[in-house]
Amino acid sequence: MEILQIAVITLVKILIVVTLMLLTVSYLVYFERKISAWAQNRVGPNRVGPAGLLQPFADVFKLLLKEDIVPFAATKSIHTLAPMLALFVAFTTYAVIPIGPSVEIFGYKVDLVVADVNMGILYILALTSVGVYAITFSGWSSGSKYSLLGGVRSSAQMISYEISMGFSIAGVLLFAESLRPVAIVNAQSGLMWNAFVQPIGFITFVVAAFAETNRLPFDLPEAEPELVGGYHTEYSSMKFAGFFLAEYANMIIASAMIITLYLGGWQVPYIEKLGLPDYAVVLIQVTAFFVKMGVLLFFIIWVRWSLPRFRYDQLMDLGWKVMFPLSLLNLIWVAILIMIMN
Amino acid sequence: MAEKKRLKDLSFWQKIYIPEIINGLGITLSNMFKPSFTMEYPEVKFEPPASYRGRPVLALEENGEERCVACGLCSRVCPALAIEVQAGETDREKERYPEKFEINMLRCIFCGFCEEVCPEEAIIMSKDYELAFTNREDAIYGKEKLFVPVSQLQDRIQFLRERK
Repeated sequence: MEILQIAVITLVKILIVVTLMLLTVSYLVYFERKISAWAQNRVGPNRVGPAGLLQPFADVFKLLLKEDIVPFAATKSIHTLAPMLALFVAFTTYAVIPIGPSVEIFGYKVDLVVADVNMGILYILALTSVGVYAITFSGWSSGSKYSLLGGVRSSAQMISYEISMGFSIAGVLLFAESLRPVAIVNAQSGLMWNAFVQPIGFITFVVAAFAETNRLPFDLPEAEPELVGGYHTEYSSMKFAGFFLAEYANMIIASAMIITLYLGGWQVPYIEKLGLPDYAVVLIQVTAFFVKMGVLLFFIIWVRWSLPRFRYDQLMDLGWKVMFPLSLLNLIWVAILIMIMN
Repeated sequence: MAEKKRLKDLSFWQKIYIPEIINGLGITLSNMFKPSFTMEYPEVKFEPPASYRGRPVLALEENGEERCVACGLCSRVCPALAIEVQAGETDREKERYPEKFEINMLRCIFCGFCEEVCPEEAIIMSKDYELAFTNREDAIYGKEKLFVPVSQLQDRIQFLRERK
């Protein structure tokens, strides 16, 4: 293929992914509010548009029109950089996550992934670690005690949980023998989903993913009762919106990661036995990916409105004394499985 | 010494979190399918029970006569000094009527003492709770705003006769 063709196709893919991301993020906020309302026997947003469906746009307009306040004690450049960094990380990570198999569109062979990198998983791990900087920077540069505490907590939490996350992923990598997300998905054909093969790793990864996205029950960086707003206490207007969007984009990435690594990606078990035409299979597979994603996103929000927050020492206890040994155990389990199967 | 079993001691299954987490998730999920308690206010209005003490009003008899005899007890008992009454004389059977009757709704604390002390059942706490003003003058309710036909206040009067 010519360079130009590749460039055009990639640009189109980027455009589609970013648009989809932004739309999902805004509606995720809407659904977060709706689901919380349902869980508490309330109605939720229902004023803007039919059933409140235009609420996300109203929210964005409100945030755009707000005054942008930078505290006097803040380090301006880093204060501005932090939300950008958060958004950058949130949106670039998605590049390596495949939403479907390769398809032929107008004679071109198109992979349903923006960049089929052979180091995809490492890329994601590296970028999510950069995401810690966004929070640490914002906490540090705001010139406020609450922000600083939030930022420090966040970095400690991320480091503790990245270890068990890394070890859980190692189990997956051992099975797939590759760092390519597409290869990992392909290795889970049939009912060989990693969630069934290595349930311990699945649980540790899901818990670590919750901690990495700073969602309840691990949202200590922004623990409202103690830290006002945590690392984004001193942010307003679109900078605050940047953090807000990044949090929800991170949720999407976390669920996409869980799907790719543990829930078989776009795969639907035994679909090839139905004898459907190729395009139908691809369509079903892509739909399956989005359905899985929807279920996971619902799960993440559902957990948020069900569980209380951990105390800081409990969080560290769980991270180091429970999750870390468990993920090691998982690694041993996978090694034994591979030994038996070969 | 034997170890005491305390209420806050967790069992093994509670200690490993996961069954309890599933339990909690189940509770929130079951709540999601229950009907909501929300009353969508401007469209759906709250209809208070008879015991509700809303804005105090003056009862107006069916024939258009006012019940109030301007004795001034309500004004006297009012802890917030919200009521001002000036009596006048008429040729009617009751001989006295309020020439001026003003309740300052910024002062009123809805205690219901005026209603309790009234010998004529003339001042009554209505069910009206929608009180909003844009300036202080509007908050002083004169006779024209206070008079309400007695037929609209029947259940409160009934309540007072039973409980007072």
